[in-house]
Amino acid sequence: MAENSAASALAQRVSEIIVEHEGLEGPLLPILHAIQAEFGHVPDAALPQIARALNISRADIHGVTSFYHDFREHAAGRHVVKICRAEACQASGGNAVAEAALSRLGVTWHETTPDGAVTVEPVYCLGLCACGPAAMVDGKLHGRLDADRIETLVGEARA
Amino acid sequence: MKIFVPRDAAAKALGADEVANAITAEAAARGLDITLVRNGTRGMVWLEPLVEVETSAGRTAFGPVTATDVKSLFEAEFHRHPLALGAVETIPFFARQTRLTFARCGLIDPLSLADYEAHGGIAGLRAALEMTSAEIVEEVTTSGLRGRGGAGFPTGIKWKTVHDTPAAQKYIVCNADEGDSGTFADRMIMEGDPFTLIEGMTIAGIGVGATKGYVYIRSEYPDAIEVMQRAIELARHAGLLGPSVLGSHHAFDMEVRVGAGAYVCGEETSLLNSLEGKRGVVRAKPPLPAIQGLFGRPTVINNVISLATVPVIFEKGAGHYRDFGLGRSRGTIPIQIAGNVKYGGLFETAFGMSLGALVDEVAGGTFTGRPVKAVQVGGPLGAYFPRDKFDTPFGYEEFDGEGGLIGHAGIVVFDDNADMLKMARFALEFCAVESCGKCTPCRLGAVRGMETVDRIASGEPGALELLTDLCETMRDGSLCALGGFTPYPVMSAVSHFPDDFNATRQEAAE
Repeated sequence: MAENSAASALAQRVSEIIVEHEGLEGPLLPILHAIQAEFGHVPDAALPQIARALNISRADIHGVTSFYHDFREHAAGRHVVKICRAEACQASGGNAVAEAALSRLGVTWHETTPDGAVTVEPVYCLGLCACGPAAMVDGKLHGRLDADRIETLVGEARA
Repeated sequence: MKIFVPRDAAAKALGADEVANAITAEAAARGLDITLVRNGTRGMVWLEPLVEVETSAGRTAFGPVTATDVKSLFEAEFHRHPLALGAVETIPFFARQTRLTFARCGLIDPLSLADYEAHGGIAGLRAALEMTSAEIVEEVTTSGLRGRGGAGFPTGIKWKTVHDTPAAQKYIVCNADEGDSGTFADRMIMEGDPFTLIEGMTIAGIGVGATKGYVYIRSEYPDAIEVMQRAIELARHAGLLGPSVLGSHHAFDMEVRVGAGAYVCGEETSLLNSLEGKRGVVRAKPPLPAIQGLFGRPTVINNVISLATVPVIFEKGAGHYRDFGLGRSRGTIPIQIAGNVKYGGLFETAFGMSLGALVDEVAGGTFTGRPVKAVQVGGPLGAYFPRDKFDTPFGYEEFDGEGGLIGHAGIVVFDDNADMLKMARFALEFCAVESCGKCTPCRLGAVRGMETVDRIASGEPGALELLTDLCETMRDGSLCALGGFTPYPVMSAVSHFPDDFNATRQEAAE
C-alpha cells in the first residue's frame, strides 16, 4: 500500500511538472531539471510518463539523462561537495585541495561516504578562476581554498 | 549613504554575503540610514569583497573586506581606514583599462533599469529602432565585431546570413555556456549588467527579424541564472521585451535555459541540440546554424560578450568601436586574468597589448612569487605559452600565428611548479570526459592520448612520436573544437617544455 501511494504521489507530481512546462519549445531539459530539483534525482519510474507526454521513447530520455553530468539516476548524499579540477584552480593549488577533501572523507570522485552524508564530485570550472582553488558546497561557493579550509568544509558537511 | 557590496559569484565566494549582512546589522545597531546596493563586481577579484561607499563627496572603495572589518569601517566613518583604496577609477589595474562592454559592470545596481538607463543603457536600442534591419546588420559589420566566444567569426556576416534567409520564425541564441577554465567574463556581465545582454539580443532580433531569444546558461552559474531571469522579468514589465519593444512595431521576447553540466554544449551546434531537448551531440556543418539552426530555423548564435557589446556599438557608433584595436581584431577584449597571479580579474582593453605586459605588469606576476613558467591562453583548448613568446600581441591572427588561439580571452598563469606533462595529460583526460562521442578522433583519441602520455612518462621510446601523430589526427579529423583543439595544449606543452617530457630528467629531478 505504502509503495503504491508513493508511486502515485510521484506520478502526480511528475504530471504537474509536465503541465507546468507545457508550451515551452524543447521542454525536456527544463522538465528533467524540475524533476531532479523535486526528487534529488530522475527516478526511472518517471520516464514512461515524460515519454508519453512528449511523444518520444524512454530510450530517448535515457540517452539524454545519461549524456549530461548533472542528471542523477540515484539520489546523492545529503550534502554535495563539488570541487573544481580545471586548469586555473590547478594553477593555484587545486590538486592539493581535492586530495585533502577526498582523503578526509575516504572516498574517490563521484562517491558518497558510507553514512550517506557527503557526495564528492569534480566540476570543471565554477567561473571563480581568479580566486581559486574553488568549490561549491550545497550550492554555496567558496574561493581561495587550501587544504585546511576544505577539510573544515567537508567536516562540517559530514557532521 | 549608499553602500555597494557586490553580488557577483566571485565576491560571494570570498564572503560578500556575510559582509553585506554585517553592514546591515551594524547600520541598524547604530541607527544609521543606509541604502545597500548589491552591485556587480568591478573585476578586481583580489580586492573582493570590494565595498564602495557613496556620499556627497563621491564614491570610494575598501577591500578586501571581511565581516569582522565592518565594525571598524563604521567607526572610521568610512574614512582613513587601512583597507581604503580611494576611488576605484584611480586603482592602476582599473585606470589602465578601456571599458566599453563592461562600462557599467560594478558601477550600477544590476537590477535597476533606471540605473541602467542613467548610465547609457537603452540608448543603443533606441538608435537601432530608428534604422532599417539592413542598416542594423551593416552597423555591426562596420564595427568589426568578431565572435568573442573564441572562433572570431565576424558577427555582422553571421547576422546578414540570418537576415537574408527568409523564414516564418528565426531565433537569437546566446551562448552562455562558459565552460572554459580561466574565463568568467560572461558570468560577470550577466551578474553585473544583465540588461546590456537583453538589449544586445533585442537589437539582434530586430536586425535579423527574430522574435524569440534564448540564453543558454550553464548550470554551474546559479547566480547568473537568477540575475538574468529577474532582469528579463523586469525588462518585460517595462516594455523593453514583449510584443511591442519600447512601443515599436517590433516584437522580441526571451527566456533563460539552463544547461546540465556538459562542456561540449558550449559548441554551438551541440548547444542547439541541447536546447531542443536532445543529447548535446555536435552537428555536422553545413548546414550552418544561420540557415538551419534551432528547430531547423535560421538562428543567430553568439557568445554573451559579442551580444553584450552590441549596445555600446549602437550607442557610440560603429566607428567609435572600430577605432580601438589591432589589425583585424577591432574594438576591445575583456581579458580574464586567472590562475596563479597576484592581481587576478577582468581587464578590458583594446586588442594589441602583449601577453608579457598582461602577465608581468597587469597581473603582477605570480601570487606565489615564483617565476612564471607557462600561460595557457584561451581555455582548456588553448596553447601553453612560454616566456619567450610573451611579446605576442593580443589579437586573433597574432595568436594564431604563434600556434595558439585567444579563445574566450582567459589567461591562466602557472608558476615553475607546473609539470607540463601532467597538464598535457589533463587536457586529454578532460577531452575524454567531455567528448560528445560523435566522432572517433575525439572519442577514442583522447583516451589513447592519455595512455600515450603515460607511456612517455615511463620513458617508452617512440611514444612521443605516436602522441604527435595522434594529435595530428585529432586536429584534422575531429568534427568540432573539442577534439580538434585539444592538441593545442598538448603539443604546445611538448614543444615548449620538452624537459618535462624527458623521463630520465624528470626522475633525476625527483
